[in-house]
Amino acid sequence: MENLINLTIDGIDVQVERGKSILEAAKIANVRIPTLCHHDDLCVAGNCRVCVVEVIGRPRLEASCAVPAEDGMKVLTSTPKVRTARKDIVSLLVAEHNTQCTTCYRSTNCELQSLSAEYNIDNDDYISVLKPQKPIDKSSWSVEKDDSKCVRCQRCVRTCAELQHVNALTASGKGNHMKISTFLELPMNDVVCTNCGQCITHCPTGALTERRYYSDIWEAIGDPTKHVIINTAPSVRVGLGEMLGFPIGTRVTGKMVTALKKMGFDSVLDTDFTADLTIIEEGSEFLQRLEDALVHKKQVALPMLTSCSPGWVKFIEHMYPNHLDHLSTCKSPQQMFGALAKTYYAEKMGIKPENIVSVAGMPCAAKKFEANRPEMKSSGYQDVDCGLTTRELGHMIKQSGLDFTNLQESHFDSLMGESTGAAVIFGATGGVMEAALRTVYELITGRPVPFENLNIVPVRGLEGIKEASVKLENCLPKYSFLEGVEARFAVAHGLKNARIIMDQIAKGESPYHFIEVMACPGGCIGGGGQPIPTNNAIRRKRIEAIYAEDEGLAKRKSHDNEELKKLYQDFLKEPLGHKSHKLLHTKYRKRNRY
Amino acid sequence: MAEKTLKKVDIIFAEYLVSPYKILEETIKRPKNEIIQEILDSGLRGRGGAGFPTGLKWKFGASAKAEPKYIVCNADEGEPGTFKDREILTKVPRKVFLGMGICAFVTGATKGILYLRAEYNYLIPSLNNELQIFHEKAKLLGLDFNITIFSGSGAYVCGEETALIESMEGKRGEPRNKPPFPVQSGYLGKPTIVNNVETFVSASMVCRIGAVEYKKLGTEDQSGSKLFSISGDTHKAGVYELELGMKVSEFVEEFGDGDTKAVQIGGVAGVCVPRKNFEATIIGQGSSSGGSTMVFNSTRSMYNVLHNYLEFFQEESCGQCTPCRVGCQQLLKGIEAIKAGTKPAEYLNQLMKLTETMKLTAKCGLGQSVGNSFNSIVTNFREEMIY
Repeated sequence: MENLINLTIDGIDVQVERGKSILEAAKIANVRIPTLCHHDDLCVAGNCRVCVVEVIGRPRLEASCAVPAEDGMKVLTSTPKVRTARKDIVSLLVAEHNTQCTTCYRSTNCELQSLSAEYNIDNDDYISVLKPQKPIDKSSWSVEKDDSKCVRCQRCVRTCAELQHVNALTASGKGNHMKISTFLELPMNDVVCTNCGQCITHCPTGALTERRYYSDIWEAIGDPTKHVIINTAPSVRVGLGEMLGFPIGTRVTGKMVTALKKMGFDSVLDTDFTADLTIIEEGSEFLQRLEDALVHKKQVALPMLTSCSPGWVKFIEHMYPNHLDHLSTCKSPQQMFGALAKTYYAEKMGIKPENIVSVAGMPCAAKKFEANRPEMKSSGYQDVDCGLTTRELGHMIKQSGLDFTNLQESHFDSLMGESTGAAVIFGATGGVMEAALRTVYELITGRPVPFENLNIVPVRGLEGIKEASVKLENCLPKYSFLEGVEARFAVAHGLKNARIIMDQIAKGESPYHFIEVMACPGGCIGGGGQPIPTNNAIRRKRIEAIYAEDEGLAKRKSHDNEELKKLYQDFLKEPLGHKSHKLLHTKYRKRNRY
Repeated sequence: MAEKTLKKVDIIFAEYLVSPYKILEETIKRPKNEIIQEILDSGLRGRGGAGFPTGLKWKFGASAKAEPKYIVCNADEGEPGTFKDREILTKVPRKVFLGMGICAFVTGATKGILYLRAEYNYLIPSLNNELQIFHEKAKLLGLDFNITIFSGSGAYVCGEETALIESMEGKRGEPRNKPPFPVQSGYLGKPTIVNNVETFVSASMVCRIGAVEYKKLGTEDQSGSKLFSISGDTHKAGVYELELGMKVSEFVEEFGDGDTKAVQIGGVAGVCVPRKNFEATIIGQGSSSGGSTMVFNSTRSMYNVLHNYLEFFQEESCGQCTPCRVGCQQLLKGIEAIKAGTKPAEYLNQLMKLTETMKLTAKCGLGQSVGNSFNSIVTNFREEMIY
């Protein structure tokens, strides 16, 4: 095989494909080489030099992440020379670092801390060159940036550029002044940042974290005049376990509900309820657009784009401000929940809306920003008082002293706690599309969507852009205008892929009718608020858990949700009706490119 | 009495005995591999500082497959104490373009870029005039090669060829991981041959006089003549063309002020030679060949000299790799602490060990070479660092 080469790593024979790095070869040989700037999601940087190894015959050490393995190469990963160099490099990083680990949010989940422990870094070796403290940038609702914790690995810069095509973060200055900054060094809330939080999940230290609000929630829980409710998104139940010692991809739905109840939330509800609602509203909107285009010959923006991902919404507002009419006007499930919590829920439960504190447990950093968008006050109050990440929820559960592992499982409360499998799969890329199709196809034809066991496999998985199409035949009379139409759908995740979709639309070349876009790679299960680390192997396990949760539910179509039917009956009356428009739909704004 | 090793010559700046265009015309009649062999045989090494064999670089460039290929002339002359390239571009730019033209011919490159340090922008009008003539002549000779000028932005690290390429692509001036080397994948991912200004002149010289004649200059190890930028405590600072391989003692005799304490050879990235080693050290042998030579007399504090170098390095590191970014700051803070008495004298040993790590692990030549001047100064002038 011409494409395979042989080398030895610490005396172990390894065969790898030509072009693989020494680091990749070492993984195959089961030799662990420490890394810091390396991340499976990102291009090779070779910045930190922690992964240096000795290659026989070469005068200097080589960064194993950046140097290709070669035929006949002899690599040594643990010689005195290598160990001394690595220890020196980690010491240098520590000398540049704000080492107040005891007060750091990332303590015990910090890659520099682990390396420092591994190499027994002695603070006396080098003199601190930590720059005079600049205040932590807390300007953003979602992302906090603390330069004193930065190791300049540029993982955030690469994430923002490669995965997201946003480029809000960049390296600036050189030498001792080199740092990670923004356009014109503006605060985070004044730049193109979409708040997706991918920089947070890719940061090895506490330099980038989500802005945390859980102290406010503890306070509200302790206030007897407040009725504190929480709704949790589908991805939280498959991610939270990682914070609490469970293997990746463990579903902890029932234990999570019990924990939240024990912690003092007055009602523990399910964002999935409004995910089902989103499907009804968004599906209806889609059908309305098709009817307007085909029957009433109106100028309608198609394809329609989903709007549940607030990072994606801010991205399109910045990057494609002239194409906002393609976005569904539906609010995200979080915001629909908030608007109903202080109207429908308040009314039904007989609680004054001003006494309700509505909390959302989300896999997301951008949800914090979304909750604070000025237009999100359709209930007359701030619809969602606070968005917490999966990580914050994990911390709260730890703080509560509960023995999470041994908790009994329990069900979400009612009102607004019922959900279907269609809502659960919102958490994975392709899930919204699949859920929408399960409902929309049935609305049009009166038959279930023609995929085995309702599983629309073409829209699942981690491929960047996925496509599906369905031929609409034997439509119900109301939808006869769709007879024979081949409806085409696409799913994109990661803003890099969103840009491809949007460029097609901008050129007028988009072949689709309906497109789901999620800001984060993998969808919400890989969200910026999920446990750290995240990579494709982890994303896959969380996705498997999501679909397993769906398969296990009796009801798997949004329109089968009984509580939802009651909501329409008692309160909303009809999809896209007057109340829906007031509470469940929103507007977007043009933002600039810088 | 032994033969003097310091020999002044006058080839690089010499009047054009033969028109460079005539040389270009004659050279491109020869088979390409013969020209490459000539350069290889001459033993010519890059004159920018790293000293890579020029013929080898051209050979790799010629065998690279992708199109188009680029020839870049590195005129980002940033090494402190170096000012020879400016002199070449002022006096004999035609010889530079001749060298680039020959390189383009043998490698099949069609595009040339002169990466000019921003401080030399005042040369652009005269260089453009010269380029106009070059392009006319090249066209007459049927050589499809066009040279443009790119103005740098002032970072020292952009003298490193991959950082220079990044900067031309509009990115931060940060060195790349190697491999791939620029001859495989350089500017815009295409094969790119980057040579120093003087290297192109020397290569054209080899083509004019032949490898045999060229090798008569200099030593076995380092052939040819080379420009030296001489500054510091000397009464005749300036640019001199000298044969390679001369004793520091003779150099000091010629250029020193009678009170020379140390000579810094090869710029701040090079080594500092103390008086006790003047007789034993040969300039142009083993050491960096960039050509910056700074003379210090006994009024100079070597602590201040080193402090000055380290301030330079900590600012001019690109900042991407740990050993260089933090290492340079550590070395500076370290010698300050020893001087101030907050660290013991033995801490110097720790710092010297650090320079070894920097040499072994830094991403590019900048961080790798900081230890050269640091170790030579600290070893030879240790008491000045402490008291």
